[in-house]
Amino acid sequence: MRTCTVDEGRRGFLKKSSAIAALYLTPSILVKAMSIDKVVPVTVAKEKLSLTINGKAYNLQVDIRSSLLDLLREEIGLTGTKKGCDMGQCGACIVHVDGKRLNSCLSLAVDNQDAKVTTIEGLATEKQLHPMQEAFIKHDSMQCGYCTSGQIMSAITCIRGGHANSRQEIKDYMEGNICRCGAYQNIVDAIIDVKQSGKTV
Amino acid sequence: MFEPTNHFNIVADDERADAAEKVTGRAKFTADHHIDNIAYGLFVTSTIAKGTITNLDSSKALQAPGVLDVIYYKNCPNIPGYNALTPDNKRNNFEWKGLKVLNDNIVRFFGQPIALVVADSFENALAAVKLVKAEYATEAFDTNFNEARLVESKTKLAGKYKRGNPKAYLNAPFFIEAEYNTPIEVHNPMEMHSSIAIWEGDDKLTLYDKSQGPKGTQSTIARTFGIPEKNVRVITEFVGGAFGNALRSWLHVPAACIAAKKLNRPVKVLLTRPQMFSLVGYRPQSWQKIGIGADKTGKLLGISHEAISNTSRYEDFREGITDASRFLYKCENVDTEYKLLPLDLSTPTWMRGPGETTGCFALESALDELSYQLKMDPIDLRIVNYTETHQENKLPWSANNVKDCYAAGKEKIGWKNRPKKPGSLKEKGWLVGYGMGGGIFGANKGSATVKAILKEDGSLVLQSAVSDMGPGTTTAMGIIAAESLQMPTSRIKFMLGDSSLPPGPTQGGSGTTSTLGSAVNLICETLKQVIKELGIQHFAAFKGLQITDLEVKNELLIDKKNQGSQISIVELLKLAGKPSIEITKESNGNNPQEIKYAFCSFSVHFVKILVHPKTGEMKLQKVITTGDAGKIISENTARSQMLGGVVGGIGMAFKEGLEINHATGEIANASFGEYLVPRHTDIPETEIWFVNKPDPFINSIGAKGIGEIAMIGFAAAVANAVYNATGKRVRDLPITPEKLGFSKA
Repeated sequence: MRTCTVDEGRRGFLKKSSAIAALYLTPSILVKAMSIDKVVPVTVAKEKLSLTINGKAYNLQVDIRSSLLDLLREEIGLTGTKKGCDMGQCGACIVHVDGKRLNSCLSLAVDNQDAKVTTIEGLATEKQLHPMQEAFIKHDSMQCGYCTSGQIMSAITCIRGGHANSRQEIKDYMEGNICRCGAYQNIVDAIIDVKQSGKTV
Repeated sequence: MFEPTNHFNIVADDERADAAEKVTGRAKFTADHHIDNIAYGLFVTSTIAKGTITNLDSSKALQAPGVLDVIYYKNCPNIPGYNALTPDNKRNNFEWKGLKVLNDNIVRFFGQPIALVVADSFENALAAVKLVKAEYATEAFDTNFNEARLVESKTKLAGKYKRGNPKAYLNAPFFIEAEYNTPIEVHNPMEMHSSIAIWEGDDKLTLYDKSQGPKGTQSTIARTFGIPEKNVRVITEFVGGAFGNALRSWLHVPAACIAAKKLNRPVKVLLTRPQMFSLVGYRPQSWQKIGIGADKTGKLLGISHEAISNTSRYEDFREGITDASRFLYKCENVDTEYKLLPLDLSTPTWMRGPGETTGCFALESALDELSYQLKMDPIDLRIVNYTETHQENKLPWSANNVKDCYAAGKEKIGWKNRPKKPGSLKEKGWLVGYGMGGGIFGANKGSATVKAILKEDGSLVLQSAVSDMGPGTTTAMGIIAAESLQMPTSRIKFMLGDSSLPPGPTQGGSGTTSTLGSAVNLICETLKQVIKELGIQHFAAFKGLQITDLEVKNELLIDKKNQGSQISIVELLKLAGKPSIEITKESNGNNPQEIKYAFCSFSVHFVKILVHPKTGEMKLQKVITTGDAGKIISENTARSQMLGGVVGGIGMAFKEGLEINHATGEIANASFGEYLVPRHTDIPETEIWFVNKPDPFINSIGAKGIGEIAMIGFAAAVANAVYNATGKRVRDLPITPEKLGFSKA
């Protein structure tokens, strides 16, 4: 039993959070402990952010408190990435940033200057699904489909990073992605299938 | 009316119908909908468990950037459905059930919404929530189930049953008497609840909502706001899991409607994950006592089952905890007593497998305990007490193939290797145990209406106002239509998730496939008739033929005796001068067989567990789950649903349990970091096996539900395996190394 193994997000987030003075950080878990008396309403600060999402360049003015997840969903309109907890514990919001998986709820949007972000919407071409998407369909690796985006994004870096050499290794790597409907066995089957197919992910 | 029976030999493609939308992120769940000028609403929640709010200061929040309003009891508009009386002073029969959110200053549980902050962005709303300050007059409260249940006067009777002699087990030569405890468990679907309310005028509302029943939500909201049902449109196209917690409209639904109306602007109310632990129901905590006795052959002589489960102070929630004990096994002397214990908590609700899961944990554990006293194989004990009739209503089962489940599971799990003496088998240094447990759940068929639209291009659209929280309703319905019309599933689209479609059932209680599937079968069979009539009327080659001379297959209308004579349905529509055929039909819930037969689905779970003798670490090595639920429409999605039930059962057996700080009444583990749910590494190799024989009497398609039986009885199978491995009986869920006598240090 372990908690989320997605490593890149939380440390980076915690470091950054102490640097920004306002208490307006998105994950409420951090704010909860602080006294509300210290909070002084301020004008919302916005910062410039340039980044590439699914191959498209964006130049934005971003609320400094906004998470990458909320930026994608509420501002860019890419709602394929899901919010499952907003505190880095479930993996529904996983996207790729510069080729690595990241819990986008734990990453401040402004922390992603010049980053290359790939979301679930960026995997398939108009005519061709990504091999992992195809395998998820073939193995019925979903039920409600809500955690699916995050599972697929993790599954891809699982193979890319060389963590798909056994069922156990795959499970260890995928531990941060909760599926409450219980499609776990079929998800692992899909990853093994893609790995064995030798297809480029 | 007569509904033609179709026990298909299913050949249709059963790939999940909406899989492509789900793997590409195109599937739109409630919070994914983008609405112009949307405002964001978040709840401020109480920080005491009981009392009254003496002052609520929203001034700082109202000055914060982007904040549009803070709605609470002092400025909440009058909601017609909140009033006990109608304007002409009669009792309001449509009064909102339960807590009337934002309406009064009474606090009934820790974390209760006391205000709704509405702002122009999520960030602004979240920041302002912290700025609202409440002062309270506190009152003594009670959240401690284990202490309160001991005080008789605090409980109230919720159900009593007796046949034969009460407490007859006490006179049996072999009996056991034991107490079992299950904690509060929380559904926690991955999609957090949200509602988007958009008023289009004073009495017209569009509501995007996470709901297991768009028609139910439509009706509730229409009554609450005093507007005609037809003026409320509820959209719930994709539901990101629910497991029972979207069966009713919780507080955030009226809150979104109230805020949108007050601000004259669309409002999206979002729950946070911690709020998902207290604002959308949970499986209640339970205490149970079972007494069960048998003669030396294993024949049951008496079953006594007592249960207490908690509810809130402001609503009674009861479920079928003691039900299975009354009818699953042959026994002449049975008595059950069920009590509710109101506590200062929010109201519980049905969670997957509902009360039967709780009850069967106790019953199936108790049978296992009895089997050791009898020195009898626990499967044999169940076979000895197998009954051909439902023991409570005395009707014969419409179908019961549970013995096939025993046989298949026994073989597949390797039951022959099960040690007769607990704690006596080791593999590679680990203790090995085998266990099994059974489940039962009532099967039913309600009414549903489906509209069929056969389009100009020959493809078929079916519509009904139901929702699909994940089991694969669209897939199963597509298959039923494909089998009836002998056309590929890829040419059929099942539309749901919109209350403006023809009325369909709420998805819950394992009834959707039976109810909606019957309606789909009926509409497709009717459509075939219409096509045939059209052929005889308009296609020269079919002139003079009877309906029975024709068949519909591969989008063609064919003369059965003269196979060369056929017309494509597309051509036929042209010939008849019809751009499409649209028909709507209701399959009503009346089943004349109901008075003759008892309808139930059955499951039997088998597990093999390894327990480390030094640390108590437990590893499920293998799971076999077998089900008898009539005809399986989609083996693909049915298998997935059963796998999901097993995962739910693993959570119940090993991990899940809400912790409450009884000093404050606050939930102490309201996050996925602290409320443990099954993750990838918790899942063993799992095999699903179905009897897959049509139930001849339940409905026209022979299918019964599997959503609940997938989980019912599983936790007992685990507890029984743990005992078999270690000789230690755990009667309190979840099962942890500590409860096996191993300490963390």
